[in-house]
Parts: sequence; structure tokens; C-alpha cells
Amino acid sequence: MASPIEQFQIKPIIPVINFTNSSLFMIGAAAVIVGGLLLATRRRAVVPGRAQSMAEVLHDFVANTLVDATGKEGMKFFPLVFSLFMFVLTANLLGMIPGFFTVTSHIIVTFALAMLVIGTVVVYGFIKHGTHFLGLFVPSGVPAWLLPFIVVIELISFLSRPISLSLRLFANMLAGHIALKVFAGFVVSLLAAGGALTILAPLPLLMAVALMALEFLVAALQAYVFTVLTCIYLNDALHPGH
Amino acid sequence: MAQAQTTHATTEAPGGAHEDIGFPPFETETYAGQLLWLAITFVALYILLSRLVLPRLSGIIENRRAMIASDLDDAAAMKSRAEEAGTAYETALAEAKGRAQALAQETRAKLSSESDVKRKALEADLNQRLADAEATITAKKTEAMSHVDAIARDTASAIIERLTGKAPAPQKVEAALNQIKA
Repeated sequence: MASPIEQFQIKPIIPVINFTNSSLFMIGAAAVIVGGLLLATRRRAVVPGRAQSMAEVLHDFVANTLVDATGKEGMKFFPLVFSLFMFVLTANLLGMIPGFFTVTSHIIVTFALAMLVIGTVVVYGFIKHGTHFLGLFVPSGVPAWLLPFIVVIELISFLSRPISLSLRLFANMLAGHIALKVFAGFVVSLLAAGGALTILAPLPLLMAVALMALEFLVAALQAYVFTVLTCIYLNDALHPGH
Repeated sequence: MAQAQTTHATTEAPGGAHEDIGFPPFETETYAGQLLWLAITFVALYILLSRLVLPRLSGIIENRRAMIASDLDDAAAMKSRAEEAGTAYETALAEAKGRAQALAQETRAKLSSESDVKRKALEADLNQRLADAEATITAKKTEAMSHVDAIARDTASAIIERLTGKAPAPQKVEAALNQIKA
């Protein structure tokens, strides 16, 4: 029986240009997003149909999340935040289809996305506020003797953001898919074992079904968490003062 | 890539010795390829979304918002126009009522003054006729009274003639009558 981590294997498709199953599913996710949204909005109806409603709900949902965290001026980051949310959500959900590769179950992908967010925060923060952006690490109203410690703590917390942001998404997707595979594997093992053990086979199957529902929740929830944290970090770039 | 292939082959081996399989997310030689394709895909996704999809989507939403706002404005304008028309109607109605009342009053006054005039003329006419009639009666009475003397004279001379057999002198009868009248 295949190992539960075999599903995370990167398999080359066109080795010359490093095109792998991961690349295929990244492009697949992007195609699903762009194609789906264009198809849903093709009629530009004032009274939307089901598909257009869904596209509008996604748009408003991300826009509200962004505006709640950063205020109106944060809308300049809307295309970035929307792209991130849609990419993570679609990659997570595509990964739920049996046999499909989960792009976000690789730490390098989630870390790259997290670095994109933090990089945007740092670059925009320095361009917009100059050295004033460093005020992010110096909270106001702190006694002078305590300031060095606070600055160090703030610095560490800032530097750990890309790590926590990427690890959270990566670990959730990885663990969920491993758990699903393990329980599904139990079903096969029990059936193969024969005798009394075969009767027990439906139990891990039920568990796998329940986990499947949970994983759908996790797939959407982690995309949302990633987006909310992105918005909160972007708020630091827009308003560095504590 | 070669190593990945090897790992893959190991996975397929029956019995699956897990210890031999590398942990795919930590296989660093796949990082470059993943990063390359992530960059290509994400940049393409970003450009397509920000240039094509999001303008369309926010256009639809903005368009609807504008339409609703303008419809609400239209409704408010129509309502105020309706209210204006209502006030104008009330004013016109009040004015018309006032004019009707004035007209009625005027007509009543005119009619009553006309009838007054007519009544007065009629009264004057009647008075005139009454006076005329009275004058006629008086004239007739005077005339009749003037005839009474002649009748008395004729009657007296006729009685005397019957009694005495001869007609008395008119002067004597006249004198006698005057004596009685006095």
C-alpha cells in the first residue's frame, strides 16, 4: 500500500522546464479562478444569477475583510489580497478532489506567498513612511528602560510572521491530507485482512467521510485565516504607529 | 529531479518501507521549480485578476449601486413633485372655493338688490294706482254729491207740484234747499 506522504510527491511532467504536477495544479487553480469568474460575470447582469452572485459574494467578502482591517486606503492592495485568497482557496479545494495534487501542502509555496505579503508590507511601509515605518517596533507609552526589550520582542514577532503564516497553512493542509490517507488506508487494510477485521472496515470509512467534511472546512478556513492575517499585516504598512 | 524519481520508485515498492521515502515538502531540489512556476502562475493570476476580472466585477457592483442610488433619487424627486402637486391642488381648491363663495355672495347680493328694485317699482306703481283710484273715487263722489242738489231740487219741485198742483218758482226751491242744507 502506498505511503500516506506519497500524495505530496513532486512528479516531473516536462523536466526541461521544470514543469511538474505542482506546476500543473498551480496553473489549474489560476485557470479555474480566472475562467470561473469571467464565466460567472459574462452577462454583467444588474440582477445577478447564481454564479454571478457567488463571484460578487467573494469580491465583497474579501473587500470587507480588507476594509475592516485597514480602512478605505487599504483597497489599493485589493487585487493582491483577492489574488492570494482566491489562489489559496482554490488550491486547497482542488486538493480535496481525490488524486489531485495539493499545491499548498508544500512549505516552499506557502512560504513564498507569506514572503510576498511580508515583502509587500516592508517595501510599501518604507516607501510610504520612510524611517517612520520603524516606529512599528517602538510602541508609544513604554518606559525607556523597558524599550530595548520591547523592540527586540516586536522585531522577533515581526520576523516570525512569515514563518507562522506559511507554517499554519502548510501544516493544516499536510496534516489533513495525511489523516485522510491514513484512515482510507485502514479501510483497505481491514478489508484485505479478511475475517472478523473485514467487518470493522466501515468504521475508518465513516471516519474518512467525517474527516473529508472537516477538511473542506479547513481548506476554506485556512484560506480565510491567511487572508485576514495578510490584511492585518498590511495595516501595519499603512498605519505603522501603534 | 533524478532523486525525486528514485524516491518515487521506492514508494511503489511493495511493502512500502516508509523510512526510505524522503519527505516531499522538504526535498529542497524541487524548490526552484515550484518557485518558478508559482511566480509565473501568481503573476499571471494577479495581472488577469487586476486588469480583467476585478474591474469587471467591481464595475457590475458599482453600476448596480449607482443605479439604485439614481433610482432612489428619482423616487425622491417624484415624491417631492407629487407633494408639490398636492399642495398646488390644495391651494387651487381653496382658491376656487373662495371664488365660488364670493361669486355666490355677489350673485345673491345682485339678485336681492334687483328684487328690491323691482319690489319698490311695483310698490310705487301700486301706490300710484291706489292714489289714482282714490282720486277717481273722490272725483266721482264730488260729482255725485253735486248731482244730489239737482235731484233734491227736481224732487222737491215735483212733490210740490203734485201737492199744490202748480210748479213752484225754481228760485224759491233753491232758497228752501239752501236753508235746509245750512
